[in-house]
Amino acid sequence: MQLLRIATAGSVDDGKSTLIGRLLFDSKAIFTDQLAAVERASRDRGEDYPDLALLTDGLRAEREQGITIDVAHRYFATPRRKFIIADTPGHLQYTRNMVTGASTADLALVLVDARKGVLEQSRRHAFLASLLGIGHLVVCVNKMDLVGWSQERFDEIREDFRRFAMKLDVADLTFVPVSALHGDNVVHRSASMPWYEGTSLLHQLEEVHVASDRNLIDARFPVQYVIRRSDFRGYAGTIAGGVFKPGDEVVALPSGFTSKVRAVWGPGGSPLSEAFTGQAVAVELADDLDLGRGAMLCRPGNRAESAREVDALVCWFSERAALTPGATYAVRHTTTETRGTVERLEYRLDVTTLHRDETAESLRLNDIGRIRLRTRAPLLFDPYRRNRATGGFLLVDEHTGDTVAAGMITGAPVSPVVWHTAAVRREDRPTRGATVWLTGLSASGKSSVAVELERRLVAAGRPAYLLDGDNLRHGLNAGLGFSPEDRAENVRRVAEVARLFADAGVVAIASLISPYSEDRARARAAHDGLPFVEVFVDTPLEVCEARDPKGMYAKARAGEITGFTGIDAPYERPASPDLVLRPGDGDPAAMAAAIQALLDDLG
Amino acid sequence: MFYFFPVSVTSYELSHLAALEAEAVHVFREVAATFERPVLLFSGGKDSVVMLHAAAKAFWPAPLPFPVLHVDTGHNFDEVLRFRDETVAAFGLRLEVASVQDDLDAGRVVEETGPRASRNRLQTVTLLRAIREGRFDAVFGGARRDEEKARAKERVFSFRDEHGQWDPRAQRPELWNLYNGRHRRGEHIRVFPLSNWTELDIWQYIRDERIALPPLYYAHKRSVVQRDGMLLAATRFLSLLDGETPYEATVRFRTVGDATCTGCVESSATTPSEVVAEVAATRVTERGATRADDRISEAGMEDRKREGYF
Repeated sequence: MQLLRIATAGSVDDGKSTLIGRLLFDSKAIFTDQLAAVERASRDRGEDYPDLALLTDGLRAEREQGITIDVAHRYFATPRRKFIIADTPGHLQYTRNMVTGASTADLALVLVDARKGVLEQSRRHAFLASLLGIGHLVVCVNKMDLVGWSQERFDEIREDFRRFAMKLDVADLTFVPVSALHGDNVVHRSASMPWYEGTSLLHQLEEVHVASDRNLIDARFPVQYVIRRSDFRGYAGTIAGGVFKPGDEVVALPSGFTSKVRAVWGPGGSPLSEAFTGQAVAVELADDLDLGRGAMLCRPGNRAESAREVDALVCWFSERAALTPGATYAVRHTTTETRGTVERLEYRLDVTTLHRDETAESLRLNDIGRIRLRTRAPLLFDPYRRNRATGGFLLVDEHTGDTVAAGMITGAPVSPVVWHTAAVRREDRPTRGATVWLTGLSASGKSSVAVELERRLVAAGRPAYLLDGDNLRHGLNAGLGFSPEDRAENVRRVAEVARLFADAGVVAIASLISPYSEDRARARAAHDGLPFVEVFVDTPLEVCEARDPKGMYAKARAGEITGFTGIDAPYERPASPDLVLRPGDGDPAAMAAAIQALLDDLG
Repeated sequence: MFYFFPVSVTSYELSHLAALEAEAVHVFREVAATFERPVLLFSGGKDSVVMLHAAAKAFWPAPLPFPVLHVDTGHNFDEVLRFRDETVAAFGLRLEVASVQDDLDAGRVVEETGPRASRNRLQTVTLLRAIREGRFDAVFGGARRDEEKARAKERVFSFRDEHGQWDPRAQRPELWNLYNGRHRRGEHIRVFPLSNWTELDIWQYIRDERIALPPLYYAHKRSVVQRDGMLLAATRFLSLLDGETPYEATVRFRTVGDATCTGCVESSATTPSEVVAEVAATRVTERGATRADDRISEAGMEDRKREGYF
């Protein structure tokens, strides 16, 4: 029998507790003494039907105020499945409990009152469910009896909800019209709504396919505890992703040592031929690696990311304090605990409109926002969307001990964070690469020289490739303009691409105005250890303006375009170029030959 | 000593019992890794036996890395105490006993009087004293969320202040399988590894794992009296009320606690399989049928939990 975990969400008066009570009652999971207690309490309140909400509202304050304060867990089973329901409070004040209840759920039930339609709260809960990675969302449109069992009203609410859900990451979205009070479509099909062609809610809960929601691809095993007994050393923990079996090659992070799995033991010493996500096991390795809590076993070809800085979405839980940039917390992640400082608050998210407020300076109770977190020890993680177990973390206030936030890692700021060292070294390649960087005014003749250089090198059997600034603005750099910032980014990208070509053994010929010396200096710095030849095509401005093949100078003079280098934007002459080419140095072919000679000298 | 669940190799699916066991094992290991002085509450009752069994499996092949503690009311069934001692010996455990009688003798608590007197509430004082004296920082309990409304709100890691109190309105959010066990000296964490188990899960596990229990849990003949719609065992601890006459019945116990307030039910189930069948068909909760202490008021459990009860 399979276990299905459900989180419920709905506004205060949507009838959520009643729906669960109904689900338990009609599937006979309610015991007579519980029902008797409910009937007694309902009578005391002067109600004329048993208030099934009283089954789930267990705390005195909840019964007195008729609200749900905290997550309550309910259990019921049918012959097909066993269910755990995390019944979470509906109103804003307790959003953190909804997040708590939803963190392990396979499926979320969102309630909507048919009379009120999709409220802010419903949107909020749907968003939270998608944020927490719940792949299945069932929307119960409740109190259909109070809208005359109207199909039009149901369709209207469904469309309204769908429009909002399109912005969310929900793989599976279904709608059921119900009356929790009378039981329509909860366990049994409703006779009052013959127009509804779907199945009852319980039937859907029994049928929903959740097996494929788990990550069985990325093998991840955070070491939780080490079991030692004479010559036995077992790394105990719960598999956080993928499959492990005896004979598997594994790498231990962060040390990077590799070994093989000697044996996998289930609880109590059952020998397992393989073990998968969610199983609590003890792993023996072939080698003595001396790992401890906080280490993570992965496969050598598929490792968790490792970073000291991560970007994450957080939900803030604390009433007492706000999250502010610069604050430091204890970070609980997989089996590690470290300290983390909030580097930046990128934005606060309005979960109703999904608007990002980038001016926000703090997060308060129930706020959700995106932060950059810098940790003292590197985190071994996967993005939360890929793996809940390695992507989720808690922030704990070190003074009060309170859990103040839940976080979901989106990734490291610079990705990929892990620099893979290739097996092939530069000297192993058949050809030697380099970058030739041609800088100069528009129409100075850079492109003609570059084209000629590429032709000559290839003819001589040396791989070469032309990266023309104007051409790259159609693809790689589409969308970048001519402001100093955009120009800097333009140069940065071309430099990075040139470096890759050079590293691959190709002569990259970059031809672009690149007017700022700082940008060119960065381009050279990016070529750490690779030949970088800066060629200044020093054609006087009046010569360039006289050529003006594209009529750009004329437009700039007429004020039709602004920020044009040499007219109303500066060109910073290179202080110490590797080669200077002036109009008197001959035609483009001669200039190209000069560059080629320089390259040959470099070897 | 352990029996294993068959794990289907093709679908990568855990049965619900294997999933619940894995969750419990994860919790035991987490506590062992992060606390200095854990202790496991062991009464010889079925939930604490299952909890002990799962704990032993979590640390195989090493012995249990913490002692067990029994809070003895002095009103225990003899069979249960015998079973407790046999189990402790079989598992090679270190048992500590904290007795309510000691607190009565020292005048820290006062015995209730009257025919319905019970030592149930006095246990809390003894438990908190034992935690304080043993300097325990994590205390495993076998409580389950399905037992009672207030327990349905309980966390797996439940913070208790220096007075051992539980504040239901200020519980720490608990997400994924990350647990926050932060506490200061004098405070402690109650840990409930069986939080998500139901009575039926417990019995199926006992059946599948062939776990031994005190004989009280299976049908046997004994002398009982009917009171408040419950059957109570006529033992030396029970004072009879006017008009109560003990009679013989074939019964089993669904819970085993203080003999003065633990009821039994008529039953012919003599094996775990027969009990599973009965539990699956029953229409009354185990505490509702058999625990006089929960009937005190609609919020009886909540109040006792706030004081520091199990």
